[in-house]
Amino acid sequence: MFDYVKNNKALAILGGLALTALVAAPVMAQRDPAYAAARSSGAIGEKPDGYLGYVTSPSPAIKALVEDINIKRKAAYTRKAQETNSTVEQFAFTSGCNLIMRTVSGEKYQTPGGSWETRSAAAPMRDARCP
Amino acid sequence: MPYRTIQLTDRIDNAIRSNMRILATSGLMVGAMIGMTGCVQLTAPDKPIVINLNINIKQEVVYRLDGDAKDLINEEADIF
Repeated sequence: MFDYVKNNKALAILGGLALTALVAAPVMAQRDPAYAAARSSGAIGEKPDGYLGYVTSPSPAIKALVEDINIKRKAAYTRKAQETNSTVEQFAFTSGCNLIMRTVSGEKYQTPGGSWETRSAAAPMRDARCP
Repeated sequence: MPYRTIQLTDRIDNAIRSNMRILATSGLMVGAMIGMTGCVQLTAPDKPIVINLNINIKQEVVYRLDGDAKDLINEEADIF
């Protein structure tokens, strides 16, 4: 009897772990390799408005990739804006502040003035309203 | 007959009144236009007018939304 309970417990823990892995999988989803490559190559960068922009004239593949991500971003911003009782632009802009801050060394970001800069170890140039 | 006379004078009276009204209105409009032109001439800037499209994004709103924005970026890491 005790053994059965013990086994059951072990099974439950295993099941729980398996479930966590399943649930966590989409949350842990990482960047598509092509997207990661376009970012690190400096072909695309983060804009202050919360969307991706082209630093250089994009190839059709990069154009499709950026458009797809920007559509998904807009959908996410729209959903969150409704949840937080704000506008899509407000939520997108706040995300843009964070996304520029999170760029790593070598990645591109757009300054409030509109020029593209390469992120260095120093803090990026962001809008004065960014937290 | 006296009734008709009254009606006629009434009409004339009304016509005069409406004319006066038109005159007064146009007078006011001309006055306003003169005033406006004067105003524009006085305040016309020599630098180009820059319209800030982000005027509806206030810093306090950005601060309020910051936590939610961070959560979203962490939750949907594949699109950020």
